[in-house]
Amino acid sequence: MERTEAELIAAVLAGDAASFEPLVQKYSPRVFATARRYARRESEVEDIAQEVWLKAFDKLKSFRGEAPFEHWLMRLTVRTCYDFLRGHQRNRESAFSDLTDPESDWLERFVTQPEAVSENAEAARLLVARVLERLSPSARLIITLLEIEDRSVKEIAALTGWSVPLVKVRAFRARAEMRKILVKLPKDKYL
Amino acid sequence: MNQMSMNPVELQKKLITAARANPPGREVPYAFEKRVMALLAARSLNGHPVLWLRGLWQAAVSCVAIALMIGAWALFSPATDNTGDLSQSFESTLLAAVDQGAQTQ
Repeated sequence: MERTEAELIAAVLAGDAASFEPLVQKYSPRVFATARRYARRESEVEDIAQEVWLKAFDKLKSFRGEAPFEHWLMRLTVRTCYDFLRGHQRNRESAFSDLTDPESDWLERFVTQPEAVSENAEAARLLVARVLERLSPSARLIITLLEIEDRSVKEIAALTGWSVPLVKVRAFRARAEMRKILVKLPKDKYL
Repeated sequence: MNQMSMNPVELQKKLITAARANPPGREVPYAFEKRVMALLAARSLNGHPVLWLRGLWQAAVSCVAIALMIGAWALFSPATDNTGDLSQSFESTLLAAVDQGAQTQ
């Protein structure tokens, strides 16, 4: 008979470490999907996911069971991703001069015919990844959660541990930061 | 490309839409959960030297405490009558074995 999540957690806390494996198996796809939003290289994604699970094992005592385990795990994942972004800040100063041809073409088409360019193009996906990489860690986290994942300010506050007013302030700054980068984008490329 | 002709707000919208349209994959590397479990097991095994170190450290602290107590006791204990020449007593004690050896020969 398959054990419930609560039973598995209780078993782990009682010293049966093997009961942790089904939890890792069940929730790893979500952890990986979240980590892929913040890290580009697959090795980095794996490092983040691994760290999330090691932390989850160590901090399992702090899980009180009032909210679903998945919510608790997602909070841990988002905070680990944020720590990762802060630890890799120096890597984000790459210039836009190394845009690939499809990316440059997409940008040019956007300038001439903004309505005609497709958001589904691979070039747009790569371009947004580049822009996100240039944002500060907090701005990237906020833009990802608020704009891309379409989460509410309250949800973001719960996930990050920041207060609601702080999330609002950081969201305002993040949007401004992103616009500043976008304005610089063609300038970096052609000037 | 003319920088003035580009609308950053519109571009931001387009790029956000592009990001929404391409959610990240949920694939997990093969046997990832086994790797995590192996890491946890290895970590608990590595925990033993830490326990040893902690035990040795506690033992060292205890030894220092005992040495201090004995030192204090030796320093503050009342002086006994046989407080002759300390250097002579020390020398005779140290050379007692040599003297005994010489007598037997």
